[in-house]
Amino acid sequence: MTDITGIVEKRRGQRGELLAILQDIQAKYSYLPEDALRAVAQKTGRSLVDVYGVATFYHAFSLKPRGKHLVTCCMGTACHVRGAPKVAEELERQLHVPPGETTADRQFTLETQNCLGGCALGPIVVVDGHYFSSVGTPNVRGILEKTRSGLDRVDLASDLRAFPVEVACGRCNHSLMDAHDRIDGQPSIRVTASFADKHGWLRLSSVYGSFEVESQHEIPLDTVVDFFCPHCSAELAGAGPCVACGASMVPMILRGGGVVQICSRRGCHHHMLDLEGTSAWSEWR
Amino acid sequence: MINITLNGVPLEVEKGTTLLEAAQFLGFPIPTLCHMEGLHPYGACRLCIVEIGEGPRAKLVSSCTYPAEEGLKVRTSSSRVVKARRMVIELLLASCPQSKTIQDIASAHDVRQQRFRQEHEDCILCGRCVRMCEEQMVAKAIGFVGRGAGRAIGTPFGKRSEVCRQCGGCMYVCPACELRCTYSEPDKAICGGCANLAPPCLEKEQFDDLMCYMKPCVACEIPKS
Repeated sequence: MTDITGIVEKRRGQRGELLAILQDIQAKYSYLPEDALRAVAQKTGRSLVDVYGVATFYHAFSLKPRGKHLVTCCMGTACHVRGAPKVAEELERQLHVPPGETTADRQFTLETQNCLGGCALGPIVVVDGHYFSSVGTPNVRGILEKTRSGLDRVDLASDLRAFPVEVACGRCNHSLMDAHDRIDGQPSIRVTASFADKHGWLRLSSVYGSFEVESQHEIPLDTVVDFFCPHCSAELAGAGPCVACGASMVPMILRGGGVVQICSRRGCHHHMLDLEGTSAWSEWR
Repeated sequence: MINITLNGVPLEVEKGTTLLEAAQFLGFPIPTLCHMEGLHPYGACRLCIVEIGEGPRAKLVSSCTYPAEEGLKVRTSSSRVVKARRMVIELLLASCPQSKTIQDIASAHDVRQQRFRQEHEDCILCGRCVRMCEEQMVAKAIGFVGRGAGRAIGTPFGKRSEVCRQCGGCMYVCPACELRCTYSEPDKAICGGCANLAPPCLEKEQFDDLMCYMKPCVACEIPKS
């Protein structure tokens, strides 16, 4: 039995709540289970046929269980003329499933779409929201291998978007950096985290764009965590709500000026870099 | 009150009146398929198109969903309307030739050819049954499922709906299944059987005393060529 009470309550009264609810359910279960749709209809006071109609209308929703990773191959005009059908064929051959189907081990779901909006970069393959551009048949194996080994891992040496930051507490201005325990090969950011009745340390990767986290207590997905400075015990708060999920953002002062904000919800990857003045920017690059 | 001009006839209608209602009030015939009194206008079949505006800005709109606007000039059977309406009928015939309702409309509008790839669907997606189920039966058991070429009428998950009371209202209002055309050549899109009737009433003696209760009389509507 699926439990969607939290999802429905979070979105209640929002404009276009039905789509948001369905998206959240899809994000949680990777598809829309039948009993979840029935529960949505009941809880939002809509008829089941309306909910079902919306769920079947949008291509982004699936009523069949999907794999852990969603591989989408763009078949739009621009990608098509650059050889997307061959890429799709190669993906099909290596995953042993036709588009729209999921592999037997429930790891991959292969899909084709008619434009992913990156025509200049085609042929495009998107895996779990990560875009691979100018894909040819020789790249397919590498993409699938990279997916198996984890796409969120940031390669510091080659990825230009990843750079380490140094942060401090906004109240006592004490550095939060921990040079002893390194994550991603860089000094980690150490804070005190508190959720439910648990209280303990939490270490974040200092690489901007990496989501590696270590913590004393296992934090369940979707939990909103309170962050505290380990030096002055002040709560790291006051940055407003996250635009993606509504949980409060956690602000930290950047060495060199500016504020970095991360979402306090486990699993929500929303973050923001607010630089006061551009000189700090060139310094990092 | 709103003043409009229908085929050159000035008319004053209440706010919110659709062009179809205004035309029906004056007696200008506009064919309809998805329209049904007691159900919300839906504008799916496009049979009821009329031309509004003048000159290069004239455009075709579905009269069942278009509310009357002050000073609007409407033509219900200009050559452009007739041409477009015949095209719509051809498309309906292409998808659903076995519907007597559609065959009758085709006869009445002198459609003698069907130039599209012939399909034999049982549904033209006019949404009458969906609206019937929702608005009159207050059940919401059936609805539209999927989209594009895969769009269909169905129940959630393709199973029998728990809220369906099997009232049969959906079948009662369906223009595709209420009457089956029983024409003899299923390969041809157009039956034409009904179109070849000479008005039988005229052959009767003492026609002056005869009252016709056929509504509409298909034979009378056919223009003599």
